[in-house]
Amino acid sequence: MAEINIKQVAKRFGKTDALHSIDLTVQDQEFVVLLGASGCGKTTLLRIVAGLETATSGEVHIGGRRVDHLPPKDRGIAMVFQNYAVFPHLTVYENIAFGLRMAKLAEKEIDDRVNRTAGLMHIDPLLKRYSGQLSGGQRQRVAVARALATEPEVILMDEPLSNLDALLRMEMRAELKGILAQSQTTTIYVTHDQVEAMSMADRIAIMEAGKIIQADTPVEIYRNPAAHFVGSFIGNPPMNFLPAIKVEANSWQVAGTVFNGPISDKSEIQFAIRPEDISIDSNGPLRAVVSLVEPLGSHLLASCKVDNTLFRVALDSDAQVSAGDTLTLQPIIDRVRWFDAETKLAL
Amino acid sequence: MSTAPNMVVGQSRAARWSFNIAVVMLCLWVLIPLYLLISNAFSAPADVNAFPKKILPNVDTESVKFFIGFYGVTKALWSSVQVAFLTMIMAVAIGAPAGYALSRFDFRGKNLFRIMILMTRAFPLPLLALPMAIMFIKVGLDDTVFGLAIVHTTLALPFSVLITFSLFSGIPLELEEAAWTLGCNRLQAFIKVIFPLVLPGITASAIFAFVTSWNEVFAAAVLTIENRTLPAFLLQSLDDAPLHLKFAGGAVLVLPALLFLFFVRKYLFSMWGIANR
Amino acid sequence: MQSRSLPYLLLLPATLFLLCFFLYPFVLVAWQAFATDEGEVTSKYFAKMVSHWKFEKALYYTLVLALVVVPVQLVLSLLMATLVSGMKKGRDLILYIWTIPLGISDLAAGIIWLAIFDQTGFLNSFLHTTGMVDEPVAFLGYQSKGTIFIAVALAEIWRATAIMLVILVAGIGLIPKEYYEAAQVYGANGWQRFTKITLPLLKPSLQTALILRVILAFEVFAVVSALGGTNLPVLMGEVYNRQFVLQDNHTAAAFAMLILFISIVSTVFFMWALRTPKGVKA
Repeated sequence: MAEINIKQVAKRFGKTDALHSIDLTVQDQEFVVLLGASGCGKTTLLRIVAGLETATSGEVHIGGRRVDHLPPKDRGIAMVFQNYAVFPHLTVYENIAFGLRMAKLAEKEIDDRVNRTAGLMHIDPLLKRYSGQLSGGQRQRVAVARALATEPEVILMDEPLSNLDALLRMEMRAELKGILAQSQTTTIYVTHDQVEAMSMADRIAIMEAGKIIQADTPVEIYRNPAAHFVGSFIGNPPMNFLPAIKVEANSWQVAGTVFNGPISDKSEIQFAIRPEDISIDSNGPLRAVVSLVEPLGSHLLASCKVDNTLFRVALDSDAQVSAGDTLTLQPIIDRVRWFDAETKLAL
Repeated sequence: MSTAPNMVVGQSRAARWSFNIAVVMLCLWVLIPLYLLISNAFSAPADVNAFPKKILPNVDTESVKFFIGFYGVTKALWSSVQVAFLTMIMAVAIGAPAGYALSRFDFRGKNLFRIMILMTRAFPLPLLALPMAIMFIKVGLDDTVFGLAIVHTTLALPFSVLITFSLFSGIPLELEEAAWTLGCNRLQAFIKVIFPLVLPGITASAIFAFVTSWNEVFAAAVLTIENRTLPAFLLQSLDDAPLHLKFAGGAVLVLPALLFLFFVRKYLFSMWGIANR
Repeated sequence: MQSRSLPYLLLLPATLFLLCFFLYPFVLVAWQAFATDEGEVTSKYFAKMVSHWKFEKALYYTLVLALVVVPVQLVLSLLMATLVSGMKKGRDLILYIWTIPLGISDLAAGIIWLAIFDQTGFLNSFLHTTGMVDEPVAFLGYQSKGTIFIAVALAEIWRATAIMLVILVAGIGLIPKEYYEAAQVYGANGWQRFTKITLPLLKPSLQTALILRVILAFEVFAVVSALGGTNLPVLMGEVYNRQFVLQDNHTAAAFAMLILFISIVSTVFFMWALRTPKGVKA
C-alpha cells in the first residue's frame, strides 16, 4: 500500500509563505496531478514529499510511515526531474542501473531490470550511449526508465514533459500514462500544462498562491469549478464571466436578461459559462458584438463584447461570422455556473 | 557563443590579412624571448658568454649539466618540488570544500566569507612572508619546506576557492538530488556523481596551484636559507653566478611549468571562465 | 536534505587557515610597522623609511613603472582578447601560446630579458651583426637607468599581459553575440561596435583585471633584480633588502604598509572609476 498523506504541510522561505497548510491524500496507485501557474507552490510541495525540501510544519506519510524526517533515499520514492538529470559521465545502461546498484541487487537482476525498462521506454538501442549523444526526448526516456527500474511504490514527476516540443509531448503523455498505469505506482505529477493534467490525471489538485483550490477528477474540475480561478485556468479558451446584479433572492440580471440563479446575500455575483456551451440563437438572451474571429480549424473562436465585457464563443467551423457582426447567444442553462464576486468561490 | 562575433574585423581581404599578421606577430612576441632562453640554456658555456650571440646555437647540454651539478641545485630543485606538491595538496584540500559550500548552500556569513576571500587578493600576499618568518621562528617552522608551503597555500587559496566554486556551480544541483532519490546519501552522491565530473577541473586547479608555488620568488627568498627553492636559489646567486648558470636555471624553472600548463590548458580556460566552443 | 551545520564545517578549514596565516600575520606586519619591539607605538620606522636616500627613487620607480606598463598592457590585452574572440580554428593553440607567460616565474622572465639586454645579449648581437653599432651597448649598466627602466618595462609587459588577457577573454565570452548583430543591423562599424558594445559591457572584467594587475605591479621585484640588480630601486626590493639583508624588520614592515596603502588606494580608485551604475546588469 503506497498511499501518500500530506497533512497540514506549510513552507516558509524567509518572509514568504510558499505553502499554506496543505492537506492532500493520494490513494494507492492513484495518478494525481498538481496543476498551477509558476510560483503556485506545486514544485515545492512535490519536493517536500520527495525529501529534497523540509516542510516548516506538517507531516508527510508514505505507505503508512511518517517520512518527513527521512532523507529521500529512505522514503521509497523515485523521481523524474524537469531537466532529466541524466548523469553525463555514465552510459544509459549505467544510469538506469544506478539505483539498482545502490540497492546492491544481484548483477543478473540488475541486467534484467535495465533491459526490461529500457525496452518499455523504447531506448534499448541506446544503452551504450552517453547522455551527451542523446536528444532531449531520449534523455527524458532515460530519466523515466531510471526511475521505473527501481520498481518504486511512489513516483514523483516534476514537469517531465515541459522541455519537449509539442508533438513529442503529446506522444509521451499517452505513453507515460500507459506505463505508469501498468506499473501500479502511486504517482504525483507536477505541471503547468492543463491539457497534460486533464488527459493524464485520475485527480487534479489545482494550486494557486500556495493553496489547493480544488482537488477532483478532471471532468468535475471542468464542469464544476470550485472557484473563479479554476474556471479561468482550466479550458482553452477559459470560462467567460459576466457580472450578475440581484433582482430578487434568486433572480439575477445578466447583460440585460434575468436568469434564475443561486440564493446569496450579496447584491452582485458572477455568471460564468464556457465558450463551447453557447450557441447562436435568434431568440437568445445575450447580445454580443464580434470584435475578432479566429478560425482554428476544428472550430471558430469569436471574441465578442457582451455589455462591454470580453466574451468568447466557440462556434462551428462553418459559421458565417465576421468582425462587427451582432450575435444573439443562448447559453446551455445546465452548464451555467455562479461565483461569489468577493470570495471567488462557487455558489 | 557558437560562432565568432564580428566585433572588429570586417570581411575584407585587407582586414583579414592584418588580422592574421597581428596574430602572428603577437605569437612571435611571446615565443621569441622564450626561444632565446631555451637556446641559451642548451648552448655550451662558451657560446653563452660569447659575443655576438648566434640565433641558432649548437645544441649543447653542457650548461645544463653544469647547472644540475652545481652545488645546491639538486637540493633546491627537490625543495621546489616538495613545496609545490604540499601547496597543491593543501590548496585543494582546504579550498575545494569551501568552494562546494559556497556553491551549494545559502547560509549566514556567506557574503562575509566571500569578501574575506576577495580581500586576500587585494593584499600583496608575498608581504605575508615577513611576519610569517617571525611566527615560524617561534614555532620552529622557519626555513622548512612545510612553512613555505603554508605561505604559498595562502597565496593559492583564494584562486582555489573561487575556481572550485565555479566548477561546482557548473554542475546542476539536480544531478545530486537525482542521486539522493536513487539511494545515495550526501557523501555517496558526491563521490559517485559530482567527483567524477569535477575531477578534471580540480586537477587543473591543483596543477595551477603547483605552478604558482613553483614560480614564487619573494616569500621563498625570505623564508628559506638551507632549504631554498629553485627561484630563491637563483635569486640569491644572481649577482655572482655566471650567465650560463642563470640561463640553465631559468630554463629548468620554465620548462616543467610550460609542460604542465599545456596538458591542462583546456580545463584552465574553462576554469578562468573562458567558454570552450 | 539541508544539514544546517554542514556548510560551516566545510568552510572551517579555509576560515581557520586564513585567520591563522593571513589575518594574523597581517596584523603582525601592521604592528611591526607602527610599534617598537617593546610595544610602544611610534612613527619612527616610517620616518626612517622616508628619510633613506633610496626611498624617493624606489617610490618613484615603482609608481612610474606601473603607470607606464599597465596602460600598455591594457591596450595590448584588449587587442589580443578581441583577436582571439574572432578566431575559430586554432583559437585553442593561440590562446595557449599567449597565456604561456602566466606559467613563467617573474624571476625566469627577468632572466629571459636579461639574455636579450645583457652586454653580450641578443639585442647587442643583433645590432652588431646588422652593423648598427661597433661596440656592444651596456644597456643594463649603472649609468643607464633609462634603458634599465625600458628593459624592465618590456619584460613586465611581456610577462604579465596574459593575466589581464585571461580575464578579458572570459569577459568578452559573456557578451551575447546578438548585441553585435543588432548593432550591425543598425549600422555600426567594427570600431563603433568595439567602443559602444564591447568596452561598456566589459567594465566589470576591466575593473577586475586592472585592480589585480596594478596590485601585482606594485609588487614588482624579481624582474627588477634580474635586470637591474640594485641599480633600479623599487619598493618591494627595499622590503627584501631590509628584511633579509639588513635584518631590519620594522622598516621592512613600514615599506610593506606603504605598498599595502597604495594598493588599497588604487583598488578603491578602480572600483569607483569603473563602477557599473545601479540597475545596469552585465
